[in-house]
Amino acid sequence: MTAGDVAVVGVGSTPYYRRGGSAPQSIVDLAGQAILAACEDAGLAVTDIDGFAYYSMAGAGYGQAMDTAVFMETLGIPEVTFSATLTSGGGGSAGSVGLARAAIVSGDANVVVSVMALQQDRGRLGEVFALVPPDPLSSFLKPAGLSGPGHLMSVLTRRHMHDYGTRREAFAEVALSQRANALNRPDAIMRKPLTEDDYWNARMIADPLCLYDFCLETEGAVAVITTSADRAKDLRQKPVPVVAAVHGGHRDWGRAFSWYGMPRETFASSGHAAIAEHLYGRAGVTAEDIDVALLYDHFSPMVVMQLEDYGFCKKGEGGPFVESGAVRYKGGSIPVNTHGGQLSEAYIIGMTHIKEGVEQMRGTAINQVADAELALVTGGPAHLPVSGLILGQAS
Amino acid sequence: MSAALATSLPAEIVQITTDAYTEPFWLAAKEDRLVAPKCADCGTFRLPPTPFCPECRSKAVDWTELSGRAEVFSYSVVHGFPGLPDITLVAAVLDLPDAPGARLIGNIVDVDPAVVHIGMPVTVQFSTISDGWKVPQFRPLD
Ligand SMILES: [Zn+2]
Repeated sequence: MTAGDVAVVGVGSTPYYRRGGSAPQSIVDLAGQAILAACEDAGLAVTDIDGFAYYSMAGAGYGQAMDTAVFMETLGIPEVTFSATLTSGGGGSAGSVGLARAAIVSGDANVVVSVMALQQDRGRLGEVFALVPPDPLSSFLKPAGLSGPGHLMSVLTRRHMHDYGTRREAFAEVALSQRANALNRPDAIMRKPLTEDDYWNARMIADPLCLYDFCLETEGAVAVITTSADRAKDLRQKPVPVVAAVHGGHRDWGRAFSWYGMPRETFASSGHAAIAEHLYGRAGVTAEDIDVALLYDHFSPMVVMQLEDYGFCKKGEGGPFVESGAVRYKGGSIPVNTHGGQLSEAYIIGMTHIKEGVEQMRGTAINQVADAELALVTGGPAHLPVSGLILGQAS
Repeated sequence: MSAALATSLPAEIVQITTDAYTEPFWLAAKEDRLVAPKCADCGTFRLPPTPFCPECRSKAVDWTELSGRAEVFSYSVVHGFPGLPDITLVAAVLDLPDAPGARLIGNIVDVDPAVVHIGMPVTVQFSTISDGWKVPQFRPLD
């Protein structure tokens, strides 16, 4: 395996808040706190930052955005030599570290921060498709009343259940196992056990998905700092090499659940098959080499479908694989979302998965996977680009 | 029948916008006709309408009138919409047998959601929304 040419050297976050709970702080305030915390973690001064690598068009939830010049103004960052974002939305979260790598390997920048901040007081992301007026393409979608991302993905889920016999029991296992992982985490929003009864008695929001298949509505910010492998050696933390980072995807997935034109097998998937192929190819590893998987869990069935696309089980066998207990932290063959994920810890549009991946590779995670050497981190199954990241150990 | 019948959003809150590529679809819908753009060079259907044929890059389009028959490819039973907590919608992705490769998204209405299933044959009807436009909806084929 090739050691990474860049490494993640700092992670930082604000506390996590329920929807509305981070007021009166602003997006700039929250993101700034996360950036400063990541610098402190790395042993860098904020004035060392010379690059910003965003995803989601540098958006910060519904109707808000982040801006490099505003960060420079308030944090006193003297000069930047790189400022760019991946297109589209949460599909790019893991890929933002790859964008940082591109800046560093090209020589454009040295210390690059990726950051996401989220507040939902102006609009709930779960209603975003009802809030934003239609354009000519979405006019073919919106009249049907699928008001949020989970509603849209419930249609993919139904097809997966039809084609492969996948059962809601698998989605329940994702929700319950991730809740179990959140219970001992001081920062987690959900720290009460989730029972089978809770799950099966929950309100159906977009059948086949119920309340507990949907991620949390939370607020906060997370920042991650990437620099060259050389520079990483002299910093405060054990460097976490970027073994491989990929973003993009195949036309067959494309706009995904905003389009619904995918061929049958791709329709009932996470759209990550192409990412997995490139990611493993560049890293020179397979699913069997991955020790912990931080899979973007906006909705529980998309975890099941990512397990298939990333080769932890065969296509169509994600349901029985999950129901067997394979993804549990305790006793599972591939621990998934050891931090509780977006279903139970906090939803910051994928950034908490990168933070957990870094902590697992440092050996400092709260739910540490023993002897973990490789962590897979994914961006959201969504409108392309989607993305993936493999983090490793410094040699 | 005990279950609430599936419906659609109130006409006044449903809006569309059009551009040069999509307008023929919506103008036909106003006349209760279901049409789809077929590449005039290679015969490939595409929806939504876009500037180029993705198979041959042609910009030439034959607007083809369809029978209105469709088949449920997948669907969701949606409970509630912002401001309408009690509404029940069946939102379906539909294959169009006479426009292979193109799909529409629409509500299946006046049906017990429990009887909807993948592969169910349905037929189009048109429902008025804001600004005098109409959207295609579907009902079970008798
Ligand atoms: Zn053509």
